[in-house]
Amino acid sequence: MTPKIEIDQFSYRYGDEIALNTISLQVQPNTILAIFGPARGGKTTLLRSMNRLTEIGEPGTHSGRILLDGQDIFAPGTDIATLRRRVGMVFALPVALPMTIFDNVAYGPRMRGVRSRSQLQDLVQSALQSAALWDEVQDRLDTPAQALSGGQQQRISIARVLALEPEVILLDEPTAALDPISTAKIEEALMELKQQYTIVIAPHNVQQAGRIADDAAFFLMGECIEAGPASQIFTMPRDRRTEDYITGRFG
Amino acid sequence: MKRQHSQLVAFAGLWFAASLTIVILAIIIMYILAQGLPYVNLEFLTGRPLEQGREGGIFPTILGTLALGAVSLVLAVPLGVGAAVFLTEYTRPSPLTTIMRFGTDSLAGVPSIIFGLFGFIFFVTRLHMSWSLLAGGLTLALMVLPTIIRTTEEAIRAVPVAYREVSYGLGASRWQMVRTVVLPNALPGIITGIILSFGRAVGETAAVIFTAGTALNIPTSILSPTRTMAVHFYILAVEGISLQKAYATGAVLIISILAINVLANALITRSVSRAVRR
Amino acid sequence: MKERLISFLLFLCALVSIASLAIITFFIFQAGLPLIFRVGLGNFLESSLWNPSGDPQSFGIAAMILGSIWVTLGAIVVGVPLGLAVAIFSAEIAPPRLAMLIRPVIQLLAGIPSVIYGFIGLTILAPAIRATFGGPGLSVLTAALILGIMILPSIISISEDALRAVPSAYRDGSLAVGATRWQTIWRVLVPAARSGIVASVILGMGRALGETMAVIMMLGNALQVPRSPLDSATTLTSNIGLELAYASGAHRDALFATGVVLFVLIMILNILANIFTGRVTFWQRLSAFRPAVFNGRAAWRRRNT
Ligand SMILES: Nc1ncnc2c1ncn2[C@@H]1O[C@H](COP(=O)(O)OP(=O)(O)O)[C@@H](O)[C@H]1O
Ligand SMILES: [Mg+2]
Repeated sequence: MTPKIEIDQFSYRYGDEIALNTISLQVQPNTILAIFGPARGGKTTLLRSMNRLTEIGEPGTHSGRILLDGQDIFAPGTDIATLRRRVGMVFALPVALPMTIFDNVAYGPRMRGVRSRSQLQDLVQSALQSAALWDEVQDRLDTPAQALSGGQQQRISIARVLALEPEVILLDEPTAALDPISTAKIEEALMELKQQYTIVIAPHNVQQAGRIADDAAFFLMGECIEAGPASQIFTMPRDRRTEDYITGRFG
Repeated sequence: MKRQHSQLVAFAGLWFAASLTIVILAIIIMYILAQGLPYVNLEFLTGRPLEQGREGGIFPTILGTLALGAVSLVLAVPLGVGAAVFLTEYTRPSPLTTIMRFGTDSLAGVPSIIFGLFGFIFFVTRLHMSWSLLAGGLTLALMVLPTIIRTTEEAIRAVPVAYREVSYGLGASRWQMVRTVVLPNALPGIITGIILSFGRAVGETAAVIFTAGTALNIPTSILSPTRTMAVHFYILAVEGISLQKAYATGAVLIISILAINVLANALITRSVSRAVRR
Repeated sequence: MKERLISFLLFLCALVSIASLAIITFFIFQAGLPLIFRVGLGNFLESSLWNPSGDPQSFGIAAMILGSIWVTLGAIVVGVPLGLAVAIFSAEIAPPRLAMLIRPVIQLLAGIPSVIYGFIGLTILAPAIRATFGGPGLSVLTAALILGIMILPSIISISEDALRAVPSAYRDGSLAVGATRWQTIWRVLVPAARSGIVASVILGMGRALGETMAVIMMLGNALQVPRSPLDSATTLTSNIGLELAYASGAHRDALFATGVVLFVLIMILNILANIFTGRVTFWQRLSAFRPAVFNGRAAWRRRNT
């Protein structure tokens, strides 16, 4: 099987601080890859690199390639907006834009140029359904999204990405700010979504990684220590440091 | 105990200074209103001045003030907001932006008489606009530009970075992001800047008198000379035309400034409480 | 394509905004410098004979320069202690509600037109000073007192910001070793906020130096070197304001030359103020310029706090 995403000798540095050091990884289509490890390991940097969000505000430098369906996303002439529609991103903190629920979810399609009201309605409805939020908000789509709870706002963030009809979804600790019930709902939604999408997630903790991941990669201080099927990584890690981290012996 | 004692004295001094400042403001406002309001009535507000303003009302100067403020804002707002958007969203800090900031900061410190001199030699004389709404409006526009740029920049900076990331992350282009996220959220702050700039235009004299002139007619075109309330007030007072009319004009001027500030403040508190609620 | 066009338009806006400073400078200098060269800078600045339409003409602005200096220093003497006190009050000891009240007061003080201030000086203060101390009433003292009030907003707001920006560790540390609140304020906070306070004073000077209409109304406009605070005087600005409307020929040029002197003084003050407030932001950014690191870290901190 050809990988959906292939990260090839990728490095990223902020000034002279190396955030990612020659990472190579593959993500198979319709799977969930969990990138886990202690804070400052480079998880966020890798996720943000994958749809070139690193380029806003923080001009670091990269080397190596990231291939999406075999095409280097950094190749000159790549349309960044198109890339970001193909590879959607959900951030750690739920952010509802200060507009209605409908407008939040319709934001991406509108930026792409979709004008037709009925088309937008269809997109919004199916996105909200896939994000397991439709039942809760269908009768108040015209109310401000910021009035929703944190868990609902995070599902809005997911729905917003789904409305782009992307191919890959990136999630950076999407449940870090949420209670266990909301977390469970989001994990459930993710399990559904992988039928259709390829998912890369920086999970909130090892347990979450264990629950949802097909493949896993352990990141420590900008290095990918080891990567492989989740079943193997979480039961018999090859590297001592991975084992220490998983068993909670990590400093 | 001596330390406690000197603290007591010092704090008493600070309280006194703060009260004094408030009292001074109150005296200025009360004095002008008390002396002037009795002469302010509908006739005064809507009547034409007679005998250089010794009799009659101040209607043309009210119109002149509004017109001049409007002309200057029409010119300065797009320019200033555009400049602020460019400086905050389209550039990274660079020597160029540093110089641009220094330029706008310095422009804010240039005294209004210098703007008056410039407007006089450039717009009035060199560009043959003569004393006119246009020349005055252009001069005032330059003068309020720093205010607009700075308030807009601040309002834009207050828009959470997270909104920008979400917008870019959903495939928005830079301008789409600015139009849908930055500008709507910065709007209350921008409007506050616009209102405050209008206040400056209302109160300004030195830059206006040599560029818009002192003609006491109702302005009919962008090239008509005009006299603003502040200029009228100045002439009434300095040339000793009518102290009574001066007080009355001063009262109208003070009330306008009060209204403008209350409006600006209401907007500020609204946007602050919105920011808190989110 | 549309994106390109828009960013170009926005760039133009920014360019026009700063170009305006250059254009203003250029035209003022172009109109004023020739006369300064003709008369000689020394003569222009050092002679106090101003008789631009007489025969022989004389263009000396020494009296006005001295008048400006008197009035500006007077305003500083009045405005700085009062303004600093209010700034300390609202940053450090005011109950929050009162501090909230002071903000709009300052804002209003800044919003009141200068002609109103001049009028207050003319109708209340000048007669009072004439009655109490004698002299013409319209005097350096009158102008200094009112200008001292007019510069309060600059002094208060900038000093207050500087005081509030002092890290709270300074305050806590001082209180922890047993200093009283006042000792903490005076020995720790004020020195720590020194550069901002100095900048506020410099900007206040700039305002006082540049004020025109109010000064015309209060200073008596006597073309003489003031010998006491109770004398009338004239300033660089008030002379321009009074004569520009009817001046022509060399006389007008001389007023622009006066404007050049004023402009240079103001720019010096601006630069000084910038050095004091923006030591980190302005000069460091321009000299030791490292965009990637600077920007990245700032954005990263914002994200993670
Ligand atoms: N914007 C930034 N500027 C400078 N350094 C950064 C920035 N973002 C992350 N870093 C650095 O890069 C490294 C990796 O951080 P990050 O990707 O956020 O890791 P994680 O998400 O695993 O916690 C850290 O050492 C961090 O200090
Ligand atoms: Mg992270």
